[in-house]
This record gives sequence, C-alpha cells and structure tokens, in this order.
Amino acid sequence: MSTATSLSGRVWQQGRYETLTMLRNGEQLVLMVVLPLMALIGLTVTPFLDGLGPNRVDVAAPGVLALCTMSTGFTGQGIATGFDRRYGVLRFLSTTPLGRAGLIAGKTVAVLVVLAIQVVVIGGVAWLLGWRPAFPGVILGLVLLAVGAAVFTALGLLVAGTARPEATLAVTNLVWILFGVFGGIVMPSSKLPSQISGIVGFLPSGALGDASRAAFLHGALDIQAAIVLIVWGAAAGLAAIRWFKWN
Amino acid sequence: MVLRTGSPCLEIEGLIHDVGPIAAEGGRMKRVLAGVDLTAYAGQVTVLLGVNGAGKTTTLECAQGLRRRTGGVIRLLGDDPQTAGADLRARVGVMLQDGGLPPSARPIALLKHVAGMYRNPLPVDELAERLGLNQFAGTNIRRLSGGQKQRVALAAALVGRPEVVFLDEPSAGLDPQSRQVVFDLIHELRTQGLGIILTTHLLDDAERLADWVAILDRGHIVAEGTVAELLGGAAQAARRMTVRAPSGLDLAAAFAATAPGIDVRESPAGHYTIEGELATTHLAALAQWLDARGIMPSSLELGSRSLEDVFLGIAEASAAQDSLAATRAHEAEGRKVETA
Repeated sequence: MSTATSLSGRVWQQGRYETLTMLRNGEQLVLMVVLPLMALIGLTVTPFLDGLGPNRVDVAAPGVLALCTMSTGFTGQGIATGFDRRYGVLRFLSTTPLGRAGLIAGKTVAVLVVLAIQVVVIGGVAWLLGWRPAFPGVILGLVLLAVGAAVFTALGLLVAGTARPEATLAVTNLVWILFGVFGGIVMPSSKLPSQISGIVGFLPSGALGDASRAAFLHGALDIQAAIVLIVWGAAAGLAAIRWFKWN
Repeated sequence: MVLRTGSPCLEIEGLIHDVGPIAAEGGRMKRVLAGVDLTAYAGQVTVLLGVNGAGKTTTLECAQGLRRRTGGVIRLLGDDPQTAGADLRARVGVMLQDGGLPPSARPIALLKHVAGMYRNPLPVDELAERLGLNQFAGTNIRRLSGGQKQRVALAAALVGRPEVVFLDEPSAGLDPQSRQVVFDLIHELRTQGLGIILTTHLLDDAERLADWVAILDRGHIVAEGTVAELLGGAAQAARRMTVRAPSGLDLAAAFAATAPGIDVRESPAGHYTIEGELATTHLAALAQWLDARGIMPSSLELGSRSLEDVFLGIAEASAAQDSLAATRAHEAEGRKVETA
C-alpha cells in the first residue's frame, strides 16, 4: 500500500525536475541568459537610455531583469508545457499524486528558481558594470519581478494550453522579440516611437518594465504599472483555468 | 471459477461521456459513452475489449479522473476519481496509451522522479532490472523503440506500489519477447492482489490475460463474462472445420445424408468453413466424399469457436441495431444528442 509524499515534497520534487530540464535545454539557456546578457551589455555601451538615470546600467538592468521573467515564464514555460501537453506528460503526471495543481505549482517553483539564477547572473554582471541599486528598492524590485514571472507564466500556460506546440513555439518567441524591442520592457516608453509609447504602459511588458525601473531606480512603487500587471495576471490566470486543455 | 463478489476496486455505473460540439456534425455533441457499466475486482485482470473508437480509452480516462464525465457514477477504491485527491492517486497506477513520457528524459531518471511522489515506492533499480530497462538506461526516451517506451511507461505506472493499475493497450508495439515479460508481470501483479484493468483490441491478449472480459462497442458494453462464458457451451458444441481444397466443390453434399444441421461456406474461393456439432461421422463422411472424387485437401483443420467469432458476431449485431436506432433517431425531431 502506498501513500503520497507531502504536498510540499511533491511540488518541490516537480520544481527541481523542471528546473533541471530547463537548465539542460540549450535553446532555453540562450533565451534565459545569453540574450538578456547581450541586451544588458548592448544597452550599457550604446546611448539609447541616456538621460533616464545616473548611469546607463541603472536604467538597463531593471528592464533586462524584467525581460528575464518573460524569457522564463512566458517563452520558456510556454514552449516546455506545450510539448509536454502534446506528449501526454501533463496527463500522466496528473494521474500521479502530484496532480494538476501540484504540476502548476511545480512549474511556478521552477520559474522562480530559474529567475533567481538569472537575477544572480544578470545582476552580477550589471554589478560589474557599475550597477548599485539602493537597498529597499531592491526588495520591492525583486517582489515585482516575482509577480511579473507569475503573470508571464500564466500567459505562457494560456498559450501552451490552447494552441498546438508548434504554434506556441512560434507565438511565444515572436511575442518575446516584439515585447522585448517595442513592448516597453527594456526600452522605457519615453524612448519608443510616439505611435506606441502611449499604449505600452498597458501591456504586461511595459507595466513590468516601468514597475521594475521605478523600484530599482527610485525605490518607488509605480501604482499604475502594478495594477496593470495584476489585471493581466488575473485575466491570464482565469483564462488559463477556463480554456487550458490537458490533452 | 471467477468470483465476482466482495468489494470491487472499480465500479462504473451508467457512465455517459459527451464530447463536442463537433463542427463536422452540425455543432452537435457526440455521445462517446452511452451508459457503460463495469465492475473490476482486486486480484483479477479485467479486460475492456473493443475495436478502435469503441470508447475504451475514454472509459479509462473517466475512471482515472482525467476526463469529466457527463453522467453516471464511478467509484475507484470507494472514491470518486473526479474529486479525489493525492491519497487516491497514490493508490492507482496509470499507463497511458501514448505513454505520457517526456521525450528528453532518460528512463531511470524519470522513474526516480516519479518515485519521489510516493512515500514508499518500489526500488527503481529492481523495477528497471525486471523490465529490462537497464539496457537503454542512458538513452533519451525520444530515441527508444515503441516497445521500450511501453516498458518504461509500465514501470512508471507501477513504481508507486499501486493497488489498482490501468493499462491502456499495454501490448501495443511490443515484440514477442517483451510481450511475454509484460504478460508475466501482469500475472504476478494479479497474484499479489492488484486490480488490473486493461484495454486491448487484440483478442489474443484478452484470451491470455483476462479473468473477466467486457466487450465495448460504440459506447456500450455489449457482452461480458469470463472468456469461457463468452465462448459459451459453444466451446465444445459448435466446432468448426476448415478445409482448403480446389474451389467450387459442393462440400455440403458430403453431409447431406448424415447431418442436415451442418453449415458449409466457401469464402474465399477454395477455403471452406464447416460449422456445426461435428462428430467423427462427419469426418468420415467428408473423407469418403473427397475419396470418391479423388480430391486431397491441401489443409484440414479442426477447432472450436474463438473469442474472435464471439466478438465479430457481437459487433455485427450491434452495428445492425445501431443503424436501426440511427434511422429512428433521424426520424425523430429535435434530438440534440446522437447515440451512434
């Protein structure tokens, strides 16, 4: 006769497994670490962000960390979940004691662990480039990054659970590029063309970018950005619960 | 003798499952399961037999809690699988038809991961040894053959020491050797008292494994019983003889004098099937008739009715009934749910 391990044990087990799977995937590593690092260095050596903060890196680093949550939660988990769904992995795991809720919780743990690794790596490089964010703002910024990761994970799961995996792959990569360049995540809306600068604040990318910069740069909570983020998260979460197909 | 008493490990009563709406059918719901009743007991192998599309996998998925049923009652180890939690799932092992294994994982690492969900799992090494997984322990699941994947999926279903296991088409893609390994293991699990519910479209699997067979056709259980019961007294009485000889012979004439109840068919040409209560006199009559004409058959075989005959007979009867029902349904107005 068998019994299940504790809920936290199961979630941690799944989280560890998914984390290792993500870290072993070369393409995902490029998306999660290499491209954000290139963005960080690129924005530090070019004059795009001049005039928004004391140093270029002070403006660049919070945005690049926000970009990381999109890499991991949206594109990374979206693609992984889409293919797991295709291969029946989601169905099999939901028949084990892990269950559906445990599976989602495990994925969330994996996203947060990978995000922590990204913060250490990207933050470390930014530190070497002269980034010195003030202490209370760092805590607020990290909390907002975690919230952003949850929002983007919900969006990624929504795509993965409703589209074919090939479509998920294409959509999440395309959105990552579009949001990364024009979505206000690394480039603040004031630096974007006037046609789009008015709306990016209402995108999850722009909201997280703004919120992250306000926290790390000024130690302040951007209330409007936080509300936009929470609305996106709630909408994506509810939509995923409603429309996610397990098979 | 199969005892169908005591407390069942799985009880399904009046299970209904609709899918849709299906655009190709005018946006109507399609009734995949139309009131399935099935009971499975511990220490027995219950086989759900049916052609592809009969509803076998859907029935299992409802019982596993993977699908939300439209109607009916399911009790798995006394609980409703649709609402039960991790404690019930820990007592049930599932092997899905498509495996459900992540392609990038390696077999042993995956089994250890799944084992981590249980407090007292089987030792992964022993299970791997038993199912011969060590030969390909270092290979990604993506690169395994169909039979190798099946064995990994079976191990994953068993690693948590389940009391009930669901095996969806367990012998699909297996070579004869792996099939024997898997069948031996199923027999052993049965001896240990597990309740085993498996689906197959292979009659041979059912004959070799089943304590109880339920034949599913178009969302209904159309017959059930032990293999012997399904074959009926027919196993002894209704025997058959197949003869291969030149085509166009009037073999029925050979029996005309001695036994009017014998049925002779020639299909395909030169392939004669003789059915009825055959006795030695019929053999003698046939031999005499052939001898008188100087004909030596190229093959002559005696046998009893197989599960295949029962199965095909039932499927035909049920198809005829269904087409009648469908005609009536089309005549009736305002019906939203199709039963065919």
